[in-house]
Amino acid sequence: MTITPLCPAPIMQHETVQMAHGAGGRLSQALMQRIFMPHLHNTFLDLLDDQAKLDLPPGRIAFTTDTYVVSPMFFPGGNIGELAINGTVNDLAVGGAKPLYLSAGFVLEEGLPLSELELIVKSMAEAARQAGVMIVTGDTKVVGKGQCDRIFINTSGIGIIREGVNLSCRNLKPGDSIILSGTVGDHGMAIMTSREGLSFQSRITSDCAALNSMIGAILDVAPTSIHAMRDPTRGGVAATLNELASSSSMGIAINEITIPVKPEVRGACELLGIDPLHVANEGKLVVAVAAEEAEKVLRTMHSSEHGRGAVIIGSVVNDHPGMVVMLTAFGSRRIIDLPLGEQLPRIC
Amino acid sequence: MKYIDEYRDPELARKLLDEIRRKATRHWTVMEICGGQTHSIIRNGIDQLLPECIELVHGPGCPVCVTPLESIERALAIAGREEVIFTSFGDMLRVPGNSRDLLMVRSEGGDVRILFSPLEALQIARDNPSKEVVFFAVGFETTAPANAMAVWQANREGIENFSVLVSQVMVPPAMRAILSSPGNRVQGFLAAGHVCAVMGYQEYEPVAREFQVPIVPTGFEPVDLLAGILKTVELLEEGRAEVVNRYGRVVSREGNRVAQEIINQVFEVTDRQWRGIGLIAGSGLGLREAFARYDAEKKFNVAHIRAEESSLCMSGSVLQGMLKPGGCPAFARECTPEHPLGATMVSSEGACAAYYNYHLK
Repeated sequence: MTITPLCPAPIMQHETVQMAHGAGGRLSQALMQRIFMPHLHNTFLDLLDDQAKLDLPPGRIAFTTDTYVVSPMFFPGGNIGELAINGTVNDLAVGGAKPLYLSAGFVLEEGLPLSELELIVKSMAEAARQAGVMIVTGDTKVVGKGQCDRIFINTSGIGIIREGVNLSCRNLKPGDSIILSGTVGDHGMAIMTSREGLSFQSRITSDCAALNSMIGAILDVAPTSIHAMRDPTRGGVAATLNELASSSSMGIAINEITIPVKPEVRGACELLGIDPLHVANEGKLVVAVAAEEAEKVLRTMHSSEHGRGAVIIGSVVNDHPGMVVMLTAFGSRRIIDLPLGEQLPRIC
Repeated sequence: MKYIDEYRDPELARKLLDEIRRKATRHWTVMEICGGQTHSIIRNGIDQLLPECIELVHGPGCPVCVTPLESIERALAIAGREEVIFTSFGDMLRVPGNSRDLLMVRSEGGDVRILFSPLEALQIARDNPSKEVVFFAVGFETTAPANAMAVWQANREGIENFSVLVSQVMVPPAMRAILSSPGNRVQGFLAAGHVCAVMGYQEYEPVAREFQVPIVPTGFEPVDLLAGILKTVELLEEGRAEVVNRYGRVVSREGNRVAQEIINQVFEVTDRQWRGIGLIAGSGLGLREAFARYDAEKKFNVAHIRAEESSLCMSGSVLQGMLKPGGCPAFARECTPEHPLGATMVSSEGACAAYYNYHLK
């Protein structure tokens, strides 16, 4: 009889995220080599140092951070990974910065399928490539089952602000035109209608997109007459306009019939009793620009993929400082207020 | 969008407004019953467009607003229990009890879920046999059929881990209470279209006769509302205390017989507290004895829980059309959507919230 000495080696080829993937040992390395590096590798990450050492071009630096916890992590039109890249790119770009470098921090829930993680990382790489930014440093932690919702991603980013550009919510001037880059509510409604529990289906897809190339183009044509830009994410266009109005102590008057809403988004909002102006967007832009340059900016936006539906929705006024007022289709006026917390569907 | 755009046509709205201006020769006070109508009126600024002599006052037809404080407190007590999955329509979650709301219970670990239909709660009960699933059955005659259906179905399938916390109310008794009140100013009603879709409008005919008021079942879109207002003004000007339907695409005189049948099988008429107004005899629906084991109040022994309203809140007067939201001293001061003193400030259909959110100060 021969005895084969069999020492059971630890399993290295897991199909799901294990606590050990975050422990800094071999499995952590395996995760890097198998999932992250093949997609994200670049001259900075390849060094595997604890920090990226960057040479920045001259100019003021814009620096931002945001954490992404969207559920479901895959939704029609995107996933949490590309959202994490585009969101941070947009936060830099609306400040007049050219986004350059991003960090990515992952909190993974034990049990997350590695195939799903890989899809997310892959689309982050693709989104970064499209936006022309590099992910230069990162971190991964694993938490126990139930301690997070599958995956949370934090991205921080830095960019260089263009010479001569000074964008701020406080810069609104009376008479400025307010431009909106396209339809409202697509992202929020794509998420809401893809969650469990809604008994209707929709074809709504998220508008998740990086806006830096379009923003670069409009700053080329109107570098000083664009006074403020915002991407109307959580709280929707209503929250963004209110922030602009209250920061600048100016009034904003908008016209209901000019606000573009896709029929399917409008339908879902009607069913749920939610105002599309309160619903999140992830690839839209609100611009306050001196009226005489508005047409030029609008034309430039129309030639960009993400601004084809851009329209002037209103203007900055001296009346009702700090408030946003909408002219309804019937000729009456009403306040557009901040949404209150979570969007709760109505009873009837 | 079909069935919406044609009822939001500004040109049609202008024609109706012109007609209302032509017909109205004196001051009339008209109450829209339903909170959904109030919301649409304020949101679209219809009150600003009407001639000054037509005054709209906002009625008690917001289920969130009139659900009594003690029902909220009972819901909070049940939702906080470990074995319970508490389910509700979305906008009940933010309604404050004395110091907490259902969202806070959820943040403390309570399993509180937003549903779109009570039948989903039944499915949750089937899927979670070790849990007690409770549905907060609030609303007017509009929600009653589906809520009754859930109980009826649970009974048929013998599902025992399901119950409903009932706070169902009905429109006609509230109209009678408003019309009988010594301070009443209401001269005509826009009846709530969705309630009439279920119940029909024949039950309003005795009210119109007895109190000599015109009642016009009306829809929710701007053109619907203006058509309802125009018909009410015409009836008032002609001195006709009649019920005339202006929501013909949805409402019939008899209503939905099947829906009425299921309501009658499961529910019986009871007295019911209305938040801000008080007890109105025969104004509510409660579970019949045959379905008593689905009554969450009994199952969790919470019927003894009582609660007092804020003394500052005047929502009762607002709900009866005696006071406009802006006329309340606490409005937009002590009472805001972030810190509501009464439910009329909580629900998006509440008159106070509608004024706060949309009305130019």
